[in-house]
Order: sequence, then structure tokens, then C-alpha cells
Amino acid sequence: MAIHERGTKWRRARIGLYVVATAYALVSLLPFIWSLYTSLKPTSEVFQLLVPWHTLTVSSYASILHDFPFARWFVNSLVVAVIVTVGNLVVNTFAGYAFARLKFPLRGFLFYLFLGIMMIPGQVVLVPIYIILVNLGWINSYAGLTIPFLLSSTMVFLSRQFFLGIPKELEEAARIDGVGHWGMFFRIMLPLSKPLLAAQTILTFQGNWNSFLWPLLIGQTTSMYTLPVGLNSFYGQYNAYWNSVMAGMLLLTVPMMIIFVIFQRQFVQGVASAGLKG
Amino acid sequence: MAVSVQPSRVWRYRWRRSDVDQALAGYLFILPALVELFVFLLGPIVYAFVVSFKHFSYLDPLDAHFIGLTNYIHLFQDPVFLRALWNTTVYALVVVPVQTALALFLAVVVNRIRGKTVFRVIYYLPSITSTVGVAVIFGFLFQPNGLLNRLLFLTLHIQGPDYFNSPVFALPAIMVVAIWTTAGQFMIIYLAALQDIPTELYEAAAIDGAQGWQTLLSVTVPMLKRTTFLVMVLGMIGAFQVFDLVYVISGNSSLPQQDTMTVVLDLFEKGFRTMQMGYASAMGFVLFAIILLLTLIQQLFLGREDS
Repeated sequence: MAIHERGTKWRRARIGLYVVATAYALVSLLPFIWSLYTSLKPTSEVFQLLVPWHTLTVSSYASILHDFPFARWFVNSLVVAVIVTVGNLVVNTFAGYAFARLKFPLRGFLFYLFLGIMMIPGQVVLVPIYIILVNLGWINSYAGLTIPFLLSSTMVFLSRQFFLGIPKELEEAARIDGVGHWGMFFRIMLPLSKPLLAAQTILTFQGNWNSFLWPLLIGQTTSMYTLPVGLNSFYGQYNAYWNSVMAGMLLLTVPMMIIFVIFQRQFVQGVASAGLKG
Repeated sequence: MAVSVQPSRVWRYRWRRSDVDQALAGYLFILPALVELFVFLLGPIVYAFVVSFKHFSYLDPLDAHFIGLTNYIHLFQDPVFLRALWNTTVYALVVVPVQTALALFLAVVVNRIRGKTVFRVIYYLPSITSTVGVAVIFGFLFQPNGLLNRLLFLTLHIQGPDYFNSPVFALPAIMVVAIWTTAGQFMIIYLAALQDIPTELYEAAAIDGAQGWQTLLSVTVPMLKRTTFLVMVLGMIGAFQVFDLVYVISGNSSLPQQDTMTVVLDLFEKGFRTMQMGYASAMGFVLFAIILLLTLIQQLFLGREDS
């Protein structure tokens, strides 16, 4: 009888868990669904809770793509995020490998320098980097939006941890076969580091795609806005047109969601390892 | 003995050459990172530190001159900065514990049921969403006649406020949005940590007669102490740097900016709207000091735990 009692109790508890989990799933999803619904309503009807199905329209999407430079902002965001991601992959993975597997003078000191930098908030260098970019003539340019952001100390650290975990025997065997330092990295280590590269790609792309403060500062004319900056400016001027604002918001967020759903395992591993080891 | 000396000498000679090779390769591999580090981080930090002791405006660079600690002293007499510091502290002290508790709660719930992956994806969606996007979404939901107030009226017959334009509700509403955004991210960290708790512990607890809540409090929570600490510190560091959300929301609010002013927003305004760049740099270092303090507290506690 005791066992039976525990069984029903457990079943009831499990149903409770599902109810709670589903309720929070709604909290998580409803704002997005509501925004999607709003983007399809005619401008005059955005504050109607429900509108007849046949009045739903995609005209707000046509409007933001046709009458406003959302397409340009989308391309800017994409170009910047791709360059920054590729650059980070090279810069951080190279550095992480060197710190893990190559001996050179000052290695320890330099590594601690990178670690120490991790603690400094980016906002500290807002003013100096702005001045540097002005002097280089990089304000309002792709160079300004990308080149200062190719290093992530956190990713250098994660890469180092990853390469430290690859067995030494593998390296020794390759060395006996006459593989040099470059070959070692490109032919032996790189093929083994797919999980590292995947996590890094996804986290860097996401961070840059959503980045706001720096592009706000660096992109100064409409044609050099990235999507978040463009959306903010559109929102400021046309916030009566909630359907168009929401269409723009979805243009910004849906691509990231698609990438996330496809690569969610790598996302989760990346966040967990950056969080737990960092 | 004599036999073993000879090969080791040859060995040593060979190693010297390859040591140089290796050092060269090492420097080549870290070169891009070093250039980035010196040009876009270390150099600027030193520059910012120097500028923080100067009166310096980008508009009038010739007028720049050292004023010692004046910027720092002035900061702590500046009502706008003090308000920003107060708002940010309150924000951090509310957001961090709530989002941590919510993240732990969600992780424990999701860990025990089927469809873990689906729930994990859904809960994490707000975290991958651009903060500007999130600000826009809630800008609409929190309208006086937006979805939240309509639902409140339909279910409880309460007339909700105009959240982001109310001096009382604006900051709390921003906190709610922040919690909604980050809870999923920390849930992921908790979920990963939950997998590391040995099942023997749960079995032992079950044998001792622990059930449901008891197991949670006597096994799960203590075993996750380290993770909780990490999540709190990461959350604190993030909270003190809050910018995007308040920038977009306060930029579209009729409230005086002070009501939702935060440290980084103030830094941005002083540095690039009124061009008081020395002053803004000093603010950056105060922020750095706060974050350093939080990190040191983390190191201190976790270090003690390890030893």
C-alpha cells in the first residue's frame, strides 16, 4: 500500500511538473507570438486583442523592406557578424593553441595578462577606442565595426582548456612522423576541435549579431547602422506603427532563433562550458 | 653512466634548435591576439586611465589638462551619477537573486520530465534574442492598453499602469524584462551542473526517507552551491553593466532620464552626448572597481571552497 501511495503521489507530482514547465514555456513564448500576431495586424487594429483572420496582412513587412533601409541594416549586421566571427575563430583559437601546446618565453606572463583583461568591462575603453577610430578614420565604416572586436579573452581561455585536454601522445606520434608546428595545428589539432569551433562560432555570432552599444557609437549614418541600431532608431520615430516595429523586431530576432534551434546542442554546450569553466 | 651522457647531449642540442622553432611558432600563433590586446584593450585602458585624471573633451582637445582626482571626487557629488549608481545597485540586488532562483527552479523542473530538450530550447529563446528586440517587445506588451494590462483587466479587473512612463513602475518593469531575458541562460548552466550530481546521493537520500522538497533542499541545493555562486557573480557583473535595455526603454519614455539612469547609460551620455570624456573615463574605472570587487569576492569564496 505504501508503494502504491508513493506511486500516485509521484504521478501527481509529475503532472504538477509538466503544468509548471508548460506555464513557463508560455511566459517565454507568448511575447514572441504576440509580436508576430501584432506584425500581421493592420496599423489601425494593433491594439485590438483579436482581429478577424482575413484582415491579417504582411504589408508591414513590405513597408519596412521597401520604404525603410531594413534590408541594408540586415546586410550590415550579417557582414559585420560574419567578419567578426571568422576573425575571432582565427585569433582566439591560435592563441589558445599556443598557450596550451607551445613553449615560448613570457608564456605564463602573457597568459595571465589575457586572463586579467577578462575582468575589465568593455565600457572602460569606450572613450579611447572611439578616439582611436576617429583618428584611423574608421568611424562609420565596416573596419570600425569589426577590427576592434576580433579578440575574446574568454574564448582564448576556453580554447586553451580544450587543447590541454587533447592527449600528448597524439602530438608526439605526429612529431615522430615529421609534422611541423603548423601541420600539427592544421592537420592534427584542428580536425579534433570541431566542438570548440562550433561553440565559439555560435556564441561569437550571437553576441555580435545582438551587439548594440558599440555599433550605436560607430555606425553614425543610416547606411552604416546594424539591425539593432536601425530598429532602435525606427522604433524611436515610428512607434505608432507597432505592426512595422514588430516586423523589424522579427527580422532581427528570427534569424538568430533559427540558428539556435538548428544548433541548440552546440549552444547549450558552449554556454555551459563558458559558464562552468569561466 | 658514460653511455647515457652522450645521447642526452645530442638530444639537448637538437632541442635547442627546436626550442627556437617552437618559440617562433608560439609567437606567430599569439601575434594576432597580442596585436588586438595591445591596440584595442591594453593601450586604450592606459589611455583611459590617464584621461580620467584630466579635464578632457573631444570637442576641444587643446583645452585638456590634468586636474588630479577632481573627476573622481566630482562623481561622488554628482546627483545624476549617484542616482545611476543607486538604480543600478537596486536593479542588481533584485534581478540577480530572482533570476538565479528562477533559473534553478526551471532547471530542476525540466530535469525531471520528458521533453527536456524542447523546454530547454523554449526557455533559452529570450536569452538569444537581441536586447533591443526584447525592449521593443515589452515596450508594446507594457503599453497602458497593451496585452498585460488587458489580461489584468479581463482576469482580475485591475487597471494596470503605463509601466515605462511611470516613475514608480519603470525600473521594476525593466527588472522584470531583464529577469525574463536572462533566466534561461542561467538555467542552462544549472542543468549542466545538475548532470554532475552523482545519482548515489539521491539514492542515499531516498533510503534515508527524503522525498521531493527534502531531496531538493538536502541534496540538490547544497551540491549546486558552487554553481549558484558562479551564476550570482556572473549575474552581478552583467547587471552592473546594463545598458541596451535601459537605453532603448528610457529613450522612448517621457520620464526624466534620471528615473531609469544606470551607470553605463550615464557613462555613455557623459562621454558622447556632453563630451565630458575625462569624466566618463573616471566613471568607467569606478565601474571596473565594482566589478573587480565582485570578481575578487568570487575568487575568495571559490578558492576557499577548493582548498
